[in-house]
Amino acid sequence: MDGLLVFLRRLEGPQTVGRGPAFWIVFVIVLAIAGAYPLFSDGYTVGNTVYFFVWVFIALSLCLIWGYGGSLSFGQTAFFGIAGYGYGILTINFGSAYGFTLVALVLAVGLAALFAVLLGYFMFFGRIAGVFIGIVTLAVTLMLERFMAQTAGPEWHVGVARLNGFNGMSGMPPLTIPWPGGGIVLFADIGLYYFVLALLVLVYLGLRILMNSAFGNVIVAIRENPERAEMLGYDVRKYQLITFVIGAALAGLSGVLYTVWGQYITPSSMGMTAAALPLIWVAVGGRSDLTSTLIGTLVVLAAFQALTIYGSQYALVFMGVLLVLTVLIAPNGLVLAVMNLLARLTARRGKGDA
Amino acid sequence: MDIATLAFSALYQFGDAFAFLVLSACGLAVIFGMMGVINLAHGEFIMCGAYVTVSAARAGLPLPIAIATGAIVSALVGALIELAVIRHLYDRPLDTIVATWGLSLIATQGTLIVVGSTLAGVGTPFGSFQVGQYSYSIYRIVLFASALGVLGGLYMLFNWTRFGVLARATIQVPHMAASLGVDTRLIYSLTFACGAGLAGLAGGLYAPTMTLVPTMGATFIMEAFVTVVVGGADVFLGTAPAGAVLAVVKSAMTSWQGQLFGQIGLLVAVIIVIRILPKGISGFLLRERT
Repeated sequence: MDGLLVFLRRLEGPQTVGRGPAFWIVFVIVLAIAGAYPLFSDGYTVGNTVYFFVWVFIALSLCLIWGYGGSLSFGQTAFFGIAGYGYGILTINFGSAYGFTLVALVLAVGLAALFAVLLGYFMFFGRIAGVFIGIVTLAVTLMLERFMAQTAGPEWHVGVARLNGFNGMSGMPPLTIPWPGGGIVLFADIGLYYFVLALLVLVYLGLRILMNSAFGNVIVAIRENPERAEMLGYDVRKYQLITFVIGAALAGLSGVLYTVWGQYITPSSMGMTAAALPLIWVAVGGRSDLTSTLIGTLVVLAAFQALTIYGSQYALVFMGVLLVLTVLIAPNGLVLAVMNLLARLTARRGKGDA
Repeated sequence: MDIATLAFSALYQFGDAFAFLVLSACGLAVIFGMMGVINLAHGEFIMCGAYVTVSAARAGLPLPIAIATGAIVSALVGALIELAVIRHLYDRPLDTIVATWGLSLIATQGTLIVVGSTLAGVGTPFGSFQVGQYSYSIYRIVLFASALGVLGGLYMLFNWTRFGVLARATIQVPHMAASLGVDTRLIYSLTFACGAGLAGLAGGLYAPTMTLVPTMGATFIMEAFVTVVVGGADVFLGTAPAGAVLAVVKSAMTSWQGQLFGQIGLLVAVIIVIRILPKGISGFLLRERT
């Protein structure tokens, strides 16, 4: 019991913004609204919200690697793509009986993590740092895109699953939860919504605990000063590699959920533009805090979609401008700046009452 | 096919790959080596150079002058961007990557909106010549010569001119250079413009050989990054040997398994090199000096 309490206490700490009863009351209210929301909405809107949620995982993964770990990775979309294709290949080959789709989800995420172990080993144990990690991960991502884009011919297949080149794979079965008397198929509306929402809450709270634990503090220490962290006896490379792999797994989860959501995955989900978008959400939200990243991602995504409706060509230009301005004016992110302001205001009022 | 034509064919492939790697990387390498800034909008400067070159050539300018125009316009755009954005980010290298990435998005999409999805190109000049049973493009030889010319020009610029001396002083100890009266901000601006101009030159030189689309920068950017990562921070001791080594890998893999495997070979090479030589070839060559 005490152990659990210590564990839960880690939900708050120096590495995450938002603490105290006020924050958690808001959290529960937001969660309740999110839980009740599908009851008052139509299937299309709910499906669209799932789409937003799917992207939050990749944003959180970038927040972990870049914001907390200090290594800028452009490779998150590579893991996204690997896991997405992995899920497609597995389920098209083995079908969805006996809850295999859930196994495929885990295997596909594992595949992305395995790839990250390989790549991360070469990068972190080669002790490359800073901008070079960005370049190498970007090169890997673009390479994967080019590779997948040229797999149009019939000779490119894994089992019965054709890779289909630039058009990508489609027609993989949706997630199915095995249940006595027929599985529950999670189509891209209410069923998938609750599944993804539950995953999202789990991942968010799990990351909060992770970042406020000893491990998280070491990660932040490495970001602030790698030499000092090393002098204190921590194997910097190992910590960076583990963070990278956790991040890759989260990005992979995002990829699987995306594939499940739309039942397709294409090479362009790993291209330049696709790789840029998570960066924008995280940078604009506030990369060094999980909550800011989460809010920022949802807000920017919603804004992007609204813009796309009115003029899809200009939406990307607007996103680019937003990114440049954020870096110049609010380098720590807009949402984080607002949240820090709120925290300061409430703290001052609390002092005044006492 | 006798040995001589085979050797010539291999040499030609190597020269082609070398020219592509060096030309696309040197602008990036100058900016990175001098300023520690990774310019993710590098591909878009190349695109800018190519677009301006083709527009100028179609307006009636002879091709060499059109290419020069492309390079100069890119350099001017680079100087403007340095003033507006990069200047404020010198102490935050990771943020520079993010900002230049944003610029690249704006440039690609902006070009798509303004110019359209393609721009009619100009034909490859000079025709071709025959060795054995294969024919080779003369323009590719010109490109190889240009790559050597650019390397030579840069060497002269940084070693024989006053700007070069001041620039090298600024890289080594910026504060010392500043206190000796060097306008380091101006040096940084000029260096960035120089890198952007070299990117524009690469775009101009390759413009006659490829289709012009707004995303054409992406064709160059991977090769450019790979060369700079393998080469390290120094243009002459890094980019040139890296270009040579990678050109061997790329041309061998390409003639063995096709273009895609050439690129995959490059990527594998770079990942192995960073594991063995984290600071690149120039870091390895210069390690006694540091």
